[in-house]
Amino acid sequence: MSKRLALLACSALVLSACGQSDTTTQSEATPGATTAPVLDATALQTLLIEAEEGSTISLPAGTFQILDGLSLDVPGVTLQGAGQDQTILDFAGQTGAGEGLLVTSDDVTLAGFTIRDTKGDGIKSKGADRIIYRDLTVEWSGEPDEAHGAYGVYPVESQDVLVERVTVRGASDAGIYVGQSDNIIVRDSFAEYNVAGIEIENSTRADVYNNTVSNNTGGLLVFDLPDLPKVGGHSTRLFNNTVINNNTRNFAPPGNIVASVPSGTGVIIMANERVEIFGNTFNDNRTAHVLLVAYADAFEDERYNPLPRDILVADNAYTKGGYEPQGDLQMLAMLLGGKLPDIVSDGVTRWGEADSIDLNLTVLEPDEVGFINLGLGAYPIKPQNLKPTDQRPDGEVAERLPAVSLAHAAG
Amino acid sequence: MAKWQSVCLPLALRMRRDNQVMSGLRALGALILLTGVFACTRAPSPDLSVILADKPAQNLSDYGLFLDPSAQKPAAGVVAYDLINPLFSDYAEKTRYVFVPDGQSVVYTAQDVLDFPVGTVLVKTFSYADRALETRLLIHKADGWEAIPYVWAETDKNAVYAPVGKRLEIAAGVASPEAPAFTYAVPNKNQCKTCHQHGDAVIPIGPKARNLNHQGPYGANQLVDWQSRGLLMGLPLNPTQLPYVSDSAANLDARARAYLDINCAHCHKSTGSASNSGLWLDWTESDSVRLGYGKHPTAAGRGSGQALYVIKPGAPEESIMVYRMASTEAGVAMPELGRALPDTAGVALISDWIANHSEPDKKLTD
Repeated sequence: MSKRLALLACSALVLSACGQSDTTTQSEATPGATTAPVLDATALQTLLIEAEEGSTISLPAGTFQILDGLSLDVPGVTLQGAGQDQTILDFAGQTGAGEGLLVTSDDVTLAGFTIRDTKGDGIKSKGADRIIYRDLTVEWSGEPDEAHGAYGVYPVESQDVLVERVTVRGASDAGIYVGQSDNIIVRDSFAEYNVAGIEIENSTRADVYNNTVSNNTGGLLVFDLPDLPKVGGHSTRLFNNTVINNNTRNFAPPGNIVASVPSGTGVIIMANERVEIFGNTFNDNRTAHVLLVAYADAFEDERYNPLPRDILVADNAYTKGGYEPQGDLQMLAMLLGGKLPDIVSDGVTRWGEADSIDLNLTVLEPDEVGFINLGLGAYPIKPQNLKPTDQRPDGEVAERLPAVSLAHAAG
Repeated sequence: MAKWQSVCLPLALRMRRDNQVMSGLRALGALILLTGVFACTRAPSPDLSVILADKPAQNLSDYGLFLDPSAQKPAAGVVAYDLINPLFSDYAEKTRYVFVPDGQSVVYTAQDVLDFPVGTVLVKTFSYADRALETRLLIHKADGWEAIPYVWAETDKNAVYAPVGKRLEIAAGVASPEAPAFTYAVPNKNQCKTCHQHGDAVIPIGPKARNLNHQGPYGANQLVDWQSRGLLMGLPLNPTQLPYVSDSAANLDARARAYLDINCAHCHKSTGSASNSGLWLDWTESDSVRLGYGKHPTAAGRGSGQALYVIKPGAPEESIMVYRMASTEAGVAMPELGRALPDTAGVALISDWIANHSEPDKKLTD
């Protein structure tokens, strides 16, 4: 009890300190003065270090400059701001650490604040099981820029991840990125002006739904990459998302995998198994609404399968797609008359000298929904082998994926 | 008289905290009596009740690890040591001590950090010339290692517990003759854990047999010396020895791998805080992709510096590893913590290595 009181007293301290500087700024406000009050970041970091397990740390309203990365390593802590548009942590002057906020403990909830202009990633949680990201904004100011941080919301190597009602804009890689994790929900969120809106990578069992992804380079990505500790991504459902106008130029720094995403792509499934894409609304994605592709680079990882397998595309709404293909698909599209249909498969069924496999792709859409299999056959690509066909694949779905359930986020 | 006081005062303060029920003149009288009778006739010695307490002590001197408050003279049983290759920390000089409780000893392990018993304290003080900056303690408590930072005040000779670390302004030319003015960052407690992470645990980084196996501060081979002091058990005949990374006569591949081992591998290993990158740089790693050869960046963002590979053999200027080592910018610089200046000698070594080697020498660590 005495510990709890002490913590409350500390919280009040931060609050009053911040309130004070906030008030000072208001009373002394002069035209042109833009300097934000400095939240006592040291006091906040002290609270994060000394927090009792299961306690709540409240952040006051206001815009606060934070000059170094923050970190939380106590389980069960809730970091609660006054609201996405009320509590704003501004990292424009950050001089250390690879992200704005790093969480490394389990059962943490982050809610109700904005993180802006971090030098690296926005919020990273690593090995942080049962984390909740809720009612947050992570953004980089200004036009899309290569100098922006890579990931906005970045849970990795975690079990049971919930991201909901989160807004991310301006990330030079993925706005919301879930990597090497299992049992994931990303819902009711908004990603715009990122290279990738939402990306699920080297992860298993993810539900991504009711999100709006617009004005990214690519909207929703489900990838698997070689040479990472966890490979073999599978069982992801993308449904009831609005995926529109993802035509922003690709501003990812070269070398990163998303630097190869063509501007104007709605969904990309790359080297993954058991993915369902249904009930989404696609509009105005200039390269293609849905891309089903193999990993294109050479690799040595014997655990890795570079092909998309057991993919279902069903019951989506498509408007105005593929009218001006970009990136690697621009040249291929030119051979096909300059445009691409709604759904594009690269037709890669084997790697190098390996045997061809049945990808088991299933497209359950009305006849007027366009489809093409580019018929690339194998990587490395030989242009003379290109055998495009608009014949739909004849895959079968043995069993639909069950919904992801997160016990820690019930209700 | 001054020396006498310096020994007595911390002890008196400790007793006062331990006897909160006493008050007023009675407490004062008791204190004078106790310190006069017991404490001042003895030099400080490591206090296990402080070392193993749940909460860190407020002052470094509270542990009784040193005879003097400026931590220059180790108490009995506190043994100085050094490493063949230290982590680069903005050119700070480091002095290191180990304390192992009476009757206990360290057990030799071949590859991992030595097996230190509960009650062990590893002490590392960082300084420039005459100015002590910080002292970090790693204490092996019953439920695992705890990293505890202390910061030295510039004006008085006392290091105080600093859970949130501290930023210290360092003038130009202090860290090294060429170093600009910069801000030295004492890591906070979480940042300590970031680098010392081993799965869910915290462990020491430096004191591995291969990095201790040379002539130490007492003029003898440290491992043999520790054995003869009764500090180390199970020492084999020919333990591995790392080359000095600064020894240009030594094998370039071995020097580069030794550099990566102490400067990068604490995070870049399967159980470290950069495990998810799949870039593992431990001395014992033998997989060339995991070592970065032809490996694409994972989550580097602008840290890629436009390069396609962590290491592009023969092309250090097109290798992400060199780009990030040479940077001082948050979000790009590697390591992310613990340095504000580039290690120019380290950058030169790794550049030389990448320029001259097409593949890592897999026999190196067999």
